[in-house]
Amino acid sequence: MATLQLREAIRAAMTEEMERDENVFLMGEEVAEYNGAYKVSQGMLDQFGPDRVIDTPIAELGFAGLGIGAAMSGLRPIIEFMTFNFSYVAFDQVVNNAPNMRYMSGGQFGCPIVFRGPNGAAGQLGATHSNSTEALYSNFPGLKVIAPSNPDDAKGLLKSAIRDDDPVVFLESEQMYGLKGEVSDESDYLLPIGKARIAREGDDVTIVAHSKSYHVTMKAAEELEKEGFSAEIIDPRTIKPLDIETIIRSVMKTNRLVVVDESSPFSSVASEVTHQVQERAFDHLDAPVLRVTPPDTPAPYAPNLMDRYMPSVEEIVRASKRVMYAAA
Amino acid sequence: MAIEIEMPKLTDTMEDGVLSAWLVDEGDEVSAGDVIAQVETDKATMDVEAFDDGVLLKKMIDEGDSVPIGQLIAVLGEEGEDISDLVAGGDGAAEAEASATAEDDTSTTASDATETSDASESAAPAGDGQVRDREPEPVPAGTDEEGRRIKASPLARRLAKEHSIDLATMDGSGPEGRIVRRDVEARIEEGEAAPAEPETAPAPQPSTEPAFEMPTSVVDEAGELYESENISQMRKTISRRLAQSKYTAPHFYLTVDVDMANAVEARKKLNALTEKQDGPKISFNDFITKSCALALRQHPYVNASYLAKDGEIRKYNQVHVGVAVAIDEGLITPVIRNADRKGLAQISKETRELAGRARNRELQPEEFEGSTFTTSNLGMFGIEEFTAIINPPNAAILAIGEIRDEPVVEDGEVVPGKRMKITLSCDHRVVDGAVGAQFLQDVKRYLEDPMNMLL
Amino acid sequence: MADDKSKAQTDPADALDAPSGDGAADEEAVTESAADEATEPEGPWTRQSIDIPDGPITETVEYNTYPADRFSHDELDLADDDLMPMLRNMLLQRRFEERCRQMYQRQKISGFLHLYIGQESVSTGSVYGIRLGEDSVITAYRDHGIGLAMGMDPGVCMAELFGKKDGCSRGKGGSMHFFDASKRMFGGHAIVGAHLPLGAGVAFAHKYRGEDNVCLCFFGDGAMAQGAYREALNLAGIYDLPIVFICENNQYAMGTAVDRVQAEPDLFKHGRSFDMPCSLASGMDVFSVNRAVKDHVALARDGQPSMLEIRTYRYQGHSISDPAKYRQEGELDARKSEDAIVRLEQYIVNQGVAADSEIETLDEEIKQEVLDAIEFAENSDFPDDDAIYEHVYAQEDYPFIN
Repeated sequence: MATLQLREAIRAAMTEEMERDENVFLMGEEVAEYNGAYKVSQGMLDQFGPDRVIDTPIAELGFAGLGIGAAMSGLRPIIEFMTFNFSYVAFDQVVNNAPNMRYMSGGQFGCPIVFRGPNGAAGQLGATHSNSTEALYSNFPGLKVIAPSNPDDAKGLLKSAIRDDDPVVFLESEQMYGLKGEVSDESDYLLPIGKARIAREGDDVTIVAHSKSYHVTMKAAEELEKEGFSAEIIDPRTIKPLDIETIIRSVMKTNRLVVVDESSPFSSVASEVTHQVQERAFDHLDAPVLRVTPPDTPAPYAPNLMDRYMPSVEEIVRASKRVMYAAA
Repeated sequence: MAIEIEMPKLTDTMEDGVLSAWLVDEGDEVSAGDVIAQVETDKATMDVEAFDDGVLLKKMIDEGDSVPIGQLIAVLGEEGEDISDLVAGGDGAAEAEASATAEDDTSTTASDATETSDASESAAPAGDGQVRDREPEPVPAGTDEEGRRIKASPLARRLAKEHSIDLATMDGSGPEGRIVRRDVEARIEEGEAAPAEPETAPAPQPSTEPAFEMPTSVVDEAGELYESENISQMRKTISRRLAQSKYTAPHFYLTVDVDMANAVEARKKLNALTEKQDGPKISFNDFITKSCALALRQHPYVNASYLAKDGEIRKYNQVHVGVAVAIDEGLITPVIRNADRKGLAQISKETRELAGRARNRELQPEEFEGSTFTTSNLGMFGIEEFTAIINPPNAAILAIGEIRDEPVVEDGEVVPGKRMKITLSCDHRVVDGAVGAQFLQDVKRYLEDPMNMLL
Repeated sequence: MADDKSKAQTDPADALDAPSGDGAADEEAVTESAADEATEPEGPWTRQSIDIPDGPITETVEYNTYPADRFSHDELDLADDDLMPMLRNMLLQRRFEERCRQMYQRQKISGFLHLYIGQESVSTGSVYGIRLGEDSVITAYRDHGIGLAMGMDPGVCMAELFGKKDGCSRGKGGSMHFFDASKRMFGGHAIVGAHLPLGAGVAFAHKYRGEDNVCLCFFGDGAMAQGAYREALNLAGIYDLPIVFICENNQYAMGTAVDRVQAEPDLFKHGRSFDMPCSLASGMDVFSVNRAVKDHVALARDGQPSMLEIRTYRYQGHSISDPAKYRQEGELDARKSEDAIVRLEQYIVNQGVAADSEIETLDEEIKQEVLDAIEFAENSDFPDDDAIYEHVYAQEDYPFIN
């Protein structure tokens, strides 16, 4: 096991796949000469040259679409959005072209592409730069959406995503790029897309949390432990397809569920998990499912407002206690 | 071969069209691409064109007629061709009129009409059938006798159903009285799953209006009349369990006065020893726990439960003594397991530790559940004697008063004495008067001569 | 055709470095020319000067034109034997589209239906200018014509329009989404302008693989108002992609005339912003189209993207429910008098390649072929219900929410 930062694990995944398959290339703003806006692609230009590590103009619609055309032709592009906030400029390409090609062509043209980059709020950046897009992109049939919480998952899942024949939205986090973790040394380390990880076992309440929220939730679990409550934490890792079976099994054990999600609450990942759980495990629920999300507002700037905005340890503890009918 | 010309679909939303003008006459030659008529649709006046060459043999409708898409409006063919089967059924205009009043019948007149209806069927949402298939069976919501909906979690409903528990007989401890898992589990544990027999044990009637007058306004000139406090989960549990005990277990009480002089002496000596060993001090309560535990072994009906649901009296092979501890929110009874087999020092240590954790609300369920007998001590508050409510599913509870300095007559002389009153509450369903009295005698014997505990 | 690489006279960047009498600027110009001799290493840094010369900056730009009636078939390396198949190619589109109108009116075809009648020379002239099956084609939603011109089977195309399982897209695409991977027909695309970046990507893949194939990317005049147009051309320009951007200017974006919504209605000139060779061709003559496409394809094979506007005219409304009342009186008839099919028929007869009667026979054959296509579509089944879950994901066991 090697200890890598998240950015290094992502870089390792891309590098290994580009070494393995000539059809894989990396394209995006500042990925080559600048070595990556967040240094994810550092050194890759030197290794692979400008034909495979390609700087683009600030034209997300254009280069996202270019990637889709290349993918329809059988290449395997990795399209980096400097942040997923900018993917909205390419929205039509990501949601209306990439996922529909296979279907509309009756299976003749696939789209093996990965759109990747940081997602979600990253501090005080204001509303336009703080979008959490996982719920949004999960709404489009034909797309897969992955949002790992640690370097090991990131590496194994990104390698799988690059090899996947379907378009994948791979969501990282600016604030997690420096996060260190043990990463498998396995020469060909692949993790299956669509499989959740039981990150912590417990009996009293199930908490589902992904990406950055997962780390907040682990802290909340420690707080709950101090008060004698044992939380089971499930990191879905892949948002779509969602490993609902693992969540259902856990809820059948604990009978209570809290979903933590950085997406805005309306039609969020939390909404979807909640719906599926009530549909499939209704008679196992001892309390309404609660979710911890930002309020239904744009992300603010002021530090106190931003603290209020992001899901917090306190909110997760409070929600957990409520579903356990424990005095707060 | 004759070619039928039908009312065309000219816009994506059109359903029927008014033939506003014929641009050719019967007998005229027509080429593919010629405009033969104009039709007013929902959107605009559109041209009707011929897609084949031929002679217009027959107009089937007149200008001004409105017909649905697909209805025959004209027949194209070769000069002199027999088209009688196409025009059979009479005048097209009359048909058109009929169709305007009874649209459902039009399908019989238009050659494409059957396909039309096919198309509209297939245009219905394909998932429709699936949705119906997936509609879940309605789950009975559960109502009380007055038909009010009972609030219970889905899990609680399922558990109740599995254990044949009528939710209407239960109070819930969740928000707004929601019955949740722990409520049903408590009921299962109590063995009270069957509805209480009303003639012997009337259930509490929480819905009954209180008999006393409630203040009608919260504030008067003197200020607030009362403060409201949400009923805590613990209070609700105490309320439910003790009410259930008092209402369903017929209590009777036995009191005895115990000479504690020897116990006081023994405690002094023991504590001198434990002090040297850095051990915990032995309290009088520890003496009582130990005495009860030893006596319980000799009186199996006191160390028992009356389980109506299972139709049995359960006599326990182990002795687990619950010790009531007052905490801020209420009280809780940590359990000294196998107290009959533990020494005083061990009992003392465990009791202190459990009480401390109880006050910090750190007790795990297994630490306060499963007692076979309970003691409650209010001596430290100067209470001389009292009666306690049995802690279900125990068969008895011992209430302990203070140790009093009292003049006593010994060998004909009045001397200072140490006395303590203890009161046993018994569940008459399992403990009869004599059984309780004999048990109490033994407890008294151990306390009055602690050396007996060593035997 | 102007040589794209010799841009010395027209490039404003060069004009900036022109001697201006200012000493510093002169020095700069010297340095720059030294750099042009490849002594200065390539780098990510800018080479643009901010020493602004005395103005004004003037440029002379040349645009090639391909008017009607200029080219004969032998000049295009077309044999006599190519002419009747070329006519057949165009007539098939015309007859197919005419029956489509009828089939829509009979409710065999649903959804939006955009007909190609009047524009057949664009598709046919283009297809005769590429290596069919090796070069790639991508277009917008008015896609029946190019599909048929590329040799897609009319029955399979009609089955698609009928929503049948034997359709070219298995009944999942409809009129606006014809695809044929075997012909490298990368689809009809129905969001205006959104497929231009895809075309750049298809061309990118050709280049990435080191092939000398090219991509023809067709779009309408309306698409040129989209941002995607600018982004796609810019990307093609900076990556030297083998692509020809072909604007089929049929004069109307739905009902809006091109000069009402383009500040520069000479659409071919827009390519200049990306330093691309730009041309204007007549869509009323299949030879003009063919010559233009061949010239631009040659550029593309050399890694030079370019812009070609073809002025054409659709005879029908935008879609089937558009009566096209926005046209000027007599406009349609004037255009029809220049009809590209009629023009080719006359050319064939005048050249003595075939007689009128032979052309009539050909037309009858094609009409029957279209009726056969309708019969094929009619007899084909609708897709199985389960087909709704097919081809969404490549993954076979994808856990659908259903």
